[in-house]
Amino acid sequence: MFGPLIVKPGSSRKNKTGSWRTELTPKFLKKNCTGCKLCMSVCPEGCITEGSEKNQLICDYEYCKGCGACALVCPKGEISMVKEGEKENK
Amino acid sequence: MKQFLEGSFAVAEIVKLCKPGVISAYPITPQTHIVEELAQMVADGELDSQFVNVESEHSAASVVLGAVATGVRAYTATSSQGLLYMGEVLFNIAGLRLPVILTCANRAISAPINIWNDHQDSVSMRDTGWIQLFAEDNQEVVDLHLIAYKLGEDKSMMLPVMVCMDGFILTHGIETVDIPTQEEVNKFLPPYSPLYKLDPANPLTLGPLVDPEAYMETRYAIQETLKDALKLIPQITADFAKIFGRHYNGLVEGYRIKDAERVIVAMGSVCGTIKDVVDELRAKGKKVGLLKITSYRPFPQQEIYEALKNVAKVGVLDRALSLGSYAPLAGEIKAVFFGKKKKPQIISSFIAGLGGRDITKNSIKEIFRLLTAKEKACEFIDLKPELLKEKYE
Repeated sequence: MFGPLIVKPGSSRKNKTGSWRTELTPKFLKKNCTGCKLCMSVCPEGCITEGSEKNQLICDYEYCKGCGACALVCPKGEISMVKEGEKENK
Repeated sequence: MKQFLEGSFAVAEIVKLCKPGVISAYPITPQTHIVEELAQMVADGELDSQFVNVESEHSAASVVLGAVATGVRAYTATSSQGLLYMGEVLFNIAGLRLPVILTCANRAISAPINIWNDHQDSVSMRDTGWIQLFAEDNQEVVDLHLIAYKLGEDKSMMLPVMVCMDGFILTHGIETVDIPTQEEVNKFLPPYSPLYKLDPANPLTLGPLVDPEAYMETRYAIQETLKDALKLIPQITADFAKIFGRHYNGLVEGYRIKDAERVIVAMGSVCGTIKDVVDELRAKGKKVGLLKITSYRPFPQQEIYEALKNVAKVGVLDRALSLGSYAPLAGEIKAVFFGKKKKPQIISSFIAGLGGRDITKNSIKEIFRLLTAKEKACEFIDLKPELLKEKYE
């Protein structure tokens, strides 16, 4: 008899691990962003992607853990860590 | 072919015939000649295997874990502190359902430092999920290795097997051993064909994080599989007998217990000594016998019940302790009979041979003598009370 032992690749995409996020969520202010993409390169979850507009970066909150690395590295202070739920009411 | 061999070399010979693709071991104390000889065979080109020298037993166990995970047959051997140091990985190997075969040369555990034989090392690892088979003599050691590979690699099992042989008594004891031919081994043991393996062409994750939603099921599966092992082991030993002509039950072996009134239960090489004593006492008309436990994990409760239910007085000989409680084997034998109608009048528990103290014929006779109507709990045999007078103030 075997229990759940083996996982096929792709499980981390299938499982919406953003539910583990800490209280804080990165909020992209979209004011002074220069499009340097430092946030993209430091994100351990690879969940920051470029948007369709110039100097627009988008966070995929279905996977973001709220570690805050993007906010820390942003040279323009463009990303602020806010309490969950605050990101909608700017 | 029959050969006059040291136990360790006999193990090396049989492992060579099983053709493991990877062998890994920590080469110094507490190690035996087993891997020394295997390293020589690899170096001489007699054995086409990758021998990985590592810096510790933890790493040795990790290497064989990785090797079997990639679909290769693997082997390691250790002893005593080395087995304890492997402990964490032993749980992982069983939890990942990888049929690693390990020879444990049973030796005592520190402190105080002692390199001689008892069963504390493997008995301390009884809850890892490994199958543990104890051998009485070097022929059985050799044969159990073949049985271990066939058993562990069975697609219904996929569990690791530890072959336990008494340190020094068997590992360094020289006996005549029948080493089978490669053709015979090939007939009995097919090449390892894994159910699953790590393969870049067909990626999978083995051993991911399993949360409370699913962890219990992985443990339940091992528990149930070990129950199935109790049925599979006698089938495999029957297949073994057809090819090699040597018969083992594989779970327990009763020796002159049919009409016995007093029976000693034991594991390992001491069973040979007990058989001699049983023969001597039988010649004098005493109704005595031996029940040898070969499979310590899984524990063959039903077979033990059948063998001992009509015996009046049972003495359990442990070569290990569970400090502060019943001796490990004795406690389990007692549990077999709890609530049963047919059971021995008494089940006494004896401790002997710790740290390599010889269990002589006289020690065994003493146990039979102490098997009276009064039940003994953890009675130490051959204890030296004069050594217990130390005072430290």
